[in-house]
Amino acid sequence: MQLYQMTARELHRRIVNKEVSAVEIANAVYQRIETVDEKIKAYITLLKERALERAGAVDAKIAAGEEIVPLSGIPIAVKDNVCMSGVRTTCASKMLYNFVPPHNATAVEKLEANVAVLLGKTNLDEFAMGSSAENSAFFVTKNPWAADRAAGDGSAAAVAAGEAICALGSDTGGAIRRSAAFCGLVGMKPTYGAVSRYGLVAHASSLDQIGPITRDVTDCALMLNAICGHDSRDSTSVNLSVSDYTEYLINDVRGLKIGVPKEYLGENIEPEVREAIEAATEKYSSLGALVEETSLPHTKYALPAYYLIAAAEASSNLARYDGTRYGYRAENPEDVLDMFIRSRSEGFGEEVQRRIVLGTYVLSEGNYDTHYLEALKVRTLIKQDFDRAFEKYDVLISPTAPSPAFKIGEKAGDPVQMYQSDICTLPVNLGGIPALSIPAGFVNGLPVGMQLMAKPFNEGMLLRTAYSFEQNTPHHCKYPEL
Amino acid sequence: MAQYEAVIGLEIHVELKTNTKIFCTSATEFGVDPNAHVCPGCMGMPGVLPVLNKQVVEYAIRAGLALNCTIADFTRFDRKHYYYPDLPCNYQISQNYFPIAKNGYVEIETEKGKKKIGITKAHMEEDAGKLVHQGNIATTPYSLVDYNRAGMPLIEIVSEPDIRTPEEARAYAEKLRSIIQYTGVSDCRMEEGSLRCDVNVSVRPVGTTELGTKTEIKNLNSFKAIQKATEYEIERQIDILEEGGSIVQETRTWDDNKGITISMRTKEEAHDYRYFPDPDLVPLVIDREWVESIKATLPELPDRRKSRYISEYGLPEYDAIILTQTKETADYFEDCLKVFPNPKTVSNWIMGDLTRLLNANNMEISECKIKPQQLAEMLKMMDRGTISGKIAKTVFEEMFTSGKDPGTIVKEKGLVQISDEGAIAAIVEEVIAKNPKSVEDFRNGKDKAIGFLVGQVMKASKGKANPALVNKLLREKL
Ligand SMILES: [Zn+2]
Repeated sequence: MQLYQMTARELHRRIVNKEVSAVEIANAVYQRIETVDEKIKAYITLLKERALERAGAVDAKIAAGEEIVPLSGIPIAVKDNVCMSGVRTTCASKMLYNFVPPHNATAVEKLEANVAVLLGKTNLDEFAMGSSAENSAFFVTKNPWAADRAAGDGSAAAVAAGEAICALGSDTGGAIRRSAAFCGLVGMKPTYGAVSRYGLVAHASSLDQIGPITRDVTDCALMLNAICGHDSRDSTSVNLSVSDYTEYLINDVRGLKIGVPKEYLGENIEPEVREAIEAATEKYSSLGALVEETSLPHTKYALPAYYLIAAAEASSNLARYDGTRYGYRAENPEDVLDMFIRSRSEGFGEEVQRRIVLGTYVLSEGNYDTHYLEALKVRTLIKQDFDRAFEKYDVLISPTAPSPAFKIGEKAGDPVQMYQSDICTLPVNLGGIPALSIPAGFVNGLPVGMQLMAKPFNEGMLLRTAYSFEQNTPHHCKYPEL
Repeated sequence: MAQYEAVIGLEIHVELKTNTKIFCTSATEFGVDPNAHVCPGCMGMPGVLPVLNKQVVEYAIRAGLALNCTIADFTRFDRKHYYYPDLPCNYQISQNYFPIAKNGYVEIETEKGKKKIGITKAHMEEDAGKLVHQGNIATTPYSLVDYNRAGMPLIEIVSEPDIRTPEEARAYAEKLRSIIQYTGVSDCRMEEGSLRCDVNVSVRPVGTTELGTKTEIKNLNSFKAIQKATEYEIERQIDILEEGGSIVQETRTWDDNKGITISMRTKEEAHDYRYFPDPDLVPLVIDREWVESIKATLPELPDRRKSRYISEYGLPEYDAIILTQTKETADYFEDCLKVFPNPKTVSNWIMGDLTRLLNANNMEISECKIKPQQLAEMLKMMDRGTISGKIAKTVFEEMFTSGKDPGTIVKEKGLVQISDEGAIAAIVEEVIAKNPKSVEDFRNGKDKAIGFLVGQVMKASKGKANPALVNKLLREKL
């Protein structure tokens, strides 16, 4: 097995035992990037010099006999909508092609405090609007399992292709989980407020959350340990009592109550995906969990409500990109209005403009009550669905996406069809609950993701349920051939 | 010609005197270099989130209580959207649906008597930055933006349309400033923009209740401008109606040089602000105990202080009103009384010489070099007869420019009053000898002539002679 295919846990063990140095690991990963990124296109920006310096610092600690924490020296990719001080943060948009923030995201700061080796910034849908990284203003990221298929985003593609060991992703309607599912990885959207949003370029503030994408559940716990916690710079940030998520890595689901909401296994779910999820739930039964069908009756309203709320917030959050202070400015504007209009028309891609127009419409006089407030009511109903379900169940299970990774270009011309690929994940964002995607099997050589959902701040339950599955199935051991 | 009445409402923005901005830790200091006090937060940089300054909420509550408002149990911030280069996010974090304070009032007094003006609400919001044009806004080749002011904490106080005349509008604004100043939450300096005023005006025939179409006059930066602009706008609207025209709902600006209001934008161009709750800020549940503790620290407000000055010090109402208009003046007055407990004399000096010199030098009482104890000391010297009233005026002017103690000035300049009969008698003799004509006139019954002679004695003594003694001795000799 190559270094770049290993988990953070395994690499940590080897660094501590002086079997390998952090610089060797970083070099191996950059070597891998040089070999395969031409094909995968995961990265927008690479930070090799800076990263090797950090790796060197870890080796110096080891040489000095100092202890290191689990993520020290581990190569980690960062989605390019998470700010890194002095490093351009593009959001895969022409609008921010040259934007270099003066500030670090809290999640980045925390990883750097762990002396993680931040490799570079990965591709995404422009401002995280889309489901496939096809909406990037720069290039399309390919799925390491099949080059003609969507990866979801660059962070997941990088980890799957061995171009990173772990990655930071962001999840507004399911990007972390869907990308992890498409690429055969573990991805978690923590409870809203568990990870600071400071430094995450906002798409929809009430839905956005930063989270980890990793090869296995153990690494997911390690990443959570590093990035969770209260941050005074984010008013919506909360303080979790959990100090070590690895304590939840328990291979035991006996007596656990698992609900399978029928709305998530309806006709829009591809049969092979449904079969994979059914096989997974059978596995849980065989391991001693109590699995039964349940219902989240308002699920069908989630998609329209989500798109109204997300677009409304996005139209507001993206108003600041006007060519005045930073980023793209149209050439030779006639006056300030012309500068605004042309900068935004030229700087934003089609999908972003579509959502800004929708959001502006939703919030405008006369539509606020009938659209935005109605959507908020639906959001409350969806939360109540979850509350009721979690009175009875420890975990809910669903597919992560209706299908395995779809072909690039397949849905690009039909936004509504594209939105459909998030139907299983976006209720979670509306509910603010935590959810995790884990590989549940393969269909025609493509990974299928299973989504586990738990009540707010019960990330530990997700880890335990996922870990048990992982320990009793072989799916996470497969690597894409490149 | 029909009789018209005006319906006037004011929106007043007050900048709060906090050390840091409302949603970040940038300093609020005035008069620094452009963009010296900015950070990624108040520059609207991607990824930076607002964190509410608790002091702003406390100040808003304090102001709300002083304006007799009900303080909300639940308050929240909303985003107000419009595009302008001085607004970093192109939305302003403000309050629309759940303001911090509601349903208050201010009592004003004009020549027509006392009147209560309702306050609809007072809400918290952030200020925008400032555009610096290269010359005229219409022809400027480029404009610069200064974001120092972006994110400064404001409260916007919206009155009910209870105001009927330009005098009332001015009295309301002045009273409101006075109250806010007393609470200590703002300097309310109009010239520095820490108090800004918009006026809504409509007119209607007397006897009708329906509201006419209103116009809004933006950014009036003096009390005089509030009154003048409102007067002009009322006349303009009446003229239009009299000629059979109709009022266009629009925003207007006041040209102080020309004394007219000018159209800025019409309703067709008006904004749809698309308010919605700011998802980056959590709603606030206001603790009642907190409100009570703020209430307990409210100072005596101008109306109460005014009544006390009348009852406790026996001052005329006019004096009491003037002295309590600003907290600084009232405090100054009371500090003087601690040393020299003669309210009317102190009042006369503050309302007279002190105010005259402050006005002439365009200064606030807080900038005055004469400390209250020094003024009181001077008044004591006058009372003891150490200096005459005339010398006192000289000493006072000197104190005003140098800030020296009155005793020091009197000593340095040798201004002690001459009350030695022998010394004065000598001068009197001299004056009588030099002015035979006036002496003659006096002896012929022209009583006025003695005034001239007294003047001559005072002049000869460089103003130091005790005037009562001069009078007495002159009459004796003649
Ligand atoms: Zn700031």
